[in-house]
Amino acid sequence: MIEITHEEIDSSALLRAAESNLAGAVVLFLGTTREMTEGRRTRSLVYEAYEPMARRKLAELADEARRRWPLTGCAIVHRLGQLELREASVAIAVSSPHRQDAFEAGKWLIDTLKEVVPIWKQENWADGSCQWVHPGQPPSASRPDTLESPANTPQNAAPTTNES
Amino acid sequence: MNVQVKLFAVAKQLVGSEIASVELPAEPTVADLRTALARDFPALSVTLASVVFAVNAEYATDQTRLSTTDEIACIPPVSGG
Repeated sequence: MIEITHEEIDSSALLRAAESNLAGAVVLFLGTTREMTEGRRTRSLVYEAYEPMARRKLAELADEARRRWPLTGCAIVHRLGQLELREASVAIAVSSPHRQDAFEAGKWLIDTLKEVVPIWKQENWADGSCQWVHPGQPPSASRPDTLESPANTPQNAAPTTNES
Repeated sequence: MNVQVKLFAVAKQLVGSEIASVELPAEPTVADLRTALARDFPALSVTLASVVFAVNAEYATDQTRLSTTDEIACIPPVSGG
């Protein structure tokens, strides 16, 4: 079960997909919408993806996890669109004969997903501003006040004030 | 040759479009694409330093050659999960 969805994630469906007679452990990870980030209050998150590539990358991650650990099941679902507080944006369920492998595989899967899968998160802050999150970008390129509605500016207009 | 580049997240926001169309020299590489995008879309210039490109839904390097039939995407640093 490898999916990109716009619907609420059904974590019990992931658990069913990962279960096996050969499993002695099932680990479920949910990434959820957090209200506070470094003192700022989030109202909601919006996720978008380069969907064909994201789906392919998720499948590659599941294949690689099965090579690295003796898994008996592996399911990954990532949600897109707007998410409210507490809602899950990502769910990973892995099973294995012994728990250590399932814990390790689950951690590797979410850590690697965050590095390689082409999905992006936009913070909709409680103060009304919004901001795409791009780890490693210079802070000046991602401060919310530098990104006010450039989508409304014409192509090539090069509003240099957007970078100030 | 002309190529269409899919844009996402902050790149889409800065350009104001989901697609950027750029004219490239003959036998172009991803490095040529990077140069052309910076020239035609100055709003992207800062962001371009940290993006990578995907060609046919696979990560590419600056040396990857491009053809007119390739599906090309600009991938800013990802933040899924």
